[in-house]
Amino acid sequence: MTTENSGDVRLSGISKTYDNGFTAVQPLDLTVPHGSFFALLGASGCGKTTTLRMIAGLEEPSSGTVHLGDQEVTNLPPYKRPVNTVFQSYALFPHLDIFENVAFGLRRRGIKSVKKQVEEMLDLVQLGEQARKKPHQLSGGQQQRVAVARALINHPKVLLLDEPLGALDLKLRRQMQLELKRIQTEVGITFVHVTHDQEEAMTMADTVAVMNAGRVEQLGSPADLYENPQTTFVANFLGTSNLIEAEVDTRSGEDIVLKAGGGKLVLPRARCSAPAQTGGKVLVGIRPEKISLTHADDAGEIPAGRNRITGRIADSSFIGVSTQYVIDSAVCPEFEVYAQNIERDSRLVPGAEVVLHWSPAHTFGLDAAQDIDAGVDTAEEEAA
Amino acid sequence: MATVTEAEAPPLAPRPAPKPPKKRGRLVPYWLLLPGLLWLVVFFALPMIYQASTSVQTGSLEEGYKVTWHFATYWDSLAEYWPQFLRSVSYAAAATVLCLLLGYPLAYLIAFRAGRWRNLIMILVIAPFFTSFLIRTLAWKTILADSGPVVHTLNTLGVLDVTDWLGWTAGDRVLATPLAVVCGLTYNFLPFMILPLYTSLERIDGRLHEAAGDLYARPWTTFRKVTFPLSMPGVVSGTLLTFIPAAGDYVNAELLGSTDTRMIGNVIQTQFLRILDYPTAAALSFILMAAILLMVTVYIRRSGTEDLV
Repeated sequence: MTTENSGDVRLSGISKTYDNGFTAVQPLDLTVPHGSFFALLGASGCGKTTTLRMIAGLEEPSSGTVHLGDQEVTNLPPYKRPVNTVFQSYALFPHLDIFENVAFGLRRRGIKSVKKQVEEMLDLVQLGEQARKKPHQLSGGQQQRVAVARALINHPKVLLLDEPLGALDLKLRRQMQLELKRIQTEVGITFVHVTHDQEEAMTMADTVAVMNAGRVEQLGSPADLYENPQTTFVANFLGTSNLIEAEVDTRSGEDIVLKAGGGKLVLPRARCSAPAQTGGKVLVGIRPEKISLTHADDAGEIPAGRNRITGRIADSSFIGVSTQYVIDSAVCPEFEVYAQNIERDSRLVPGAEVVLHWSPAHTFGLDAAQDIDAGVDTAEEEAA
Repeated sequence: MATVTEAEAPPLAPRPAPKPPKKRGRLVPYWLLLPGLLWLVVFFALPMIYQASTSVQTGSLEEGYKVTWHFATYWDSLAEYWPQFLRSVSYAAAATVLCLLLGYPLAYLIAFRAGRWRNLIMILVIAPFFTSFLIRTLAWKTILADSGPVVHTLNTLGVLDVTDWLGWTAGDRVLATPLAVVCGLTYNFLPFMILPLYTSLERIDGRLHEAAGDLYARPWTTFRKVTFPLSMPGVVSGTLLTFIPAAGDYVNAELLGSTDTRMIGNVIQTQFLRILDYPTAAALSFILMAAILLMVTVYIRRSGTEDLV
């Protein structure tokens, strides 16, 4: 019935500029493969919801085309598109009970015997008992599941989710993330999920597109984005990165050797997204959990071949599974290090002189022409 | 601990009784109610009782009226004036339906499509209230004047032939016909329809329209299945606010109608102020009130609005 690529979403050169001149989405090419769980991740105002609404047909693109599988839907109204949306804050019909909310799409398509399907769908989202209640009688999590059931029952080619978990508290959100992932695996429909929560995107999606200012900054699997960020925005928005400005010293075989604050750092060439010319600048990045911390007295015990930086502990906070240190060093005033609490060195207290060291394989290089702090504030705002 | 000390102490002085809780705070709601309650008693309850007693009195102006529990006044006046009752209900119903047909699209426009014109249109809806009810109704006399452009146009277009045939107008005239009275009623009570409609439409979350469209509902189906049901509270309060005063109105029938379009309000007014038959007038008032109450109750039950949020 459905061919291999009928659930593909293909956006070609799609953009949106509003009447007031604000460009929400810059011309964008994007292909979401059939059956994947795709996340559009970004801070508010980055164009992710607008992109989703253009797929749904709720927003008319200023340019470009939208394809679902082989069908072009750019000019189709929403009610003619084989997609369904789970809206932010759900938009359940307050005058209809849960059963009728879920049956709405089926009835509009002229399907007479809806009872069995609706009951099965309500069972799938574990709401069989609530069928005759009105939306306002349900909790937030239950309403969310009704919204999912109401969309899924139509077997859309693509399910669009617009910040579907935004209104839930943290614990319920975690639970619903797993639930949605389970449902997606079960029904095998393409999911396009819009969120500002990087953890949510990484937990649920196979592929994440990080959006910023109407553009896709980078697209890839969660692990790929995290380990190999291509821009400072992605490096700072997804998790935390320590970025150091360094100068290219020599290029030897697979590696690039850089000078930073008197020391030398090694960066695998394959992990450098910048055109590292000798003498040019590069931003060297390293994730806080990849770094080991050794007291300066034991510096001799550090194996050779690791990147090193010296510094002084400015602050430390114990958070159970790990201890987070802020290190004041010559190359970077606020170097963050997360150390697992396995063997705690009692000498590692604020004021102690330390050596930070890590494997060159974990180092990544970024173009120094970018804003080193891009994405830092946005990530903090969204987390607040 | 406390019980032990108590048992050891000699039972000399009786313990002071617990102080009653302060009453001042609890009385505040009643004090706040008082002015409104007083107003209701003086200007609503007392006149009602007085009218009720009037309706069962007999006598004449010269000899004075006495309460004789003469309930026959009710039956007699109903028997004599039932055509006017019927006419009132049908004129009011016609005006209400017209108000709904005219008001709904306008309220919808203001709520969803007007954008920055919203406030201006709202002011235009309310503006007629700045002039007197009487003046506005008299203005319709000019609008519908026999030689006026409106009647002329309707005549040319042949509309009057149709309305003549339906019995809504007579000859080439609109003035002094049922149509004129219903037009006046519609005009005068239209804002009472638009405002509650607008309020309930405006409260509808725009995302519900998007959700309906997303779930394969065409625009018209979205209106039928989502917008209209959600605007029912506005429809019900709008129709009530239009129908109730229109059913008791006498100004429109007086100024725009003729003796053939007398409504029950006109009868009551004449009975009270010209014929001075107070018992009949009071009885008619009570019958009108009871009839409206009954119709409204049935209407609210059937429209099922108590179910709506």
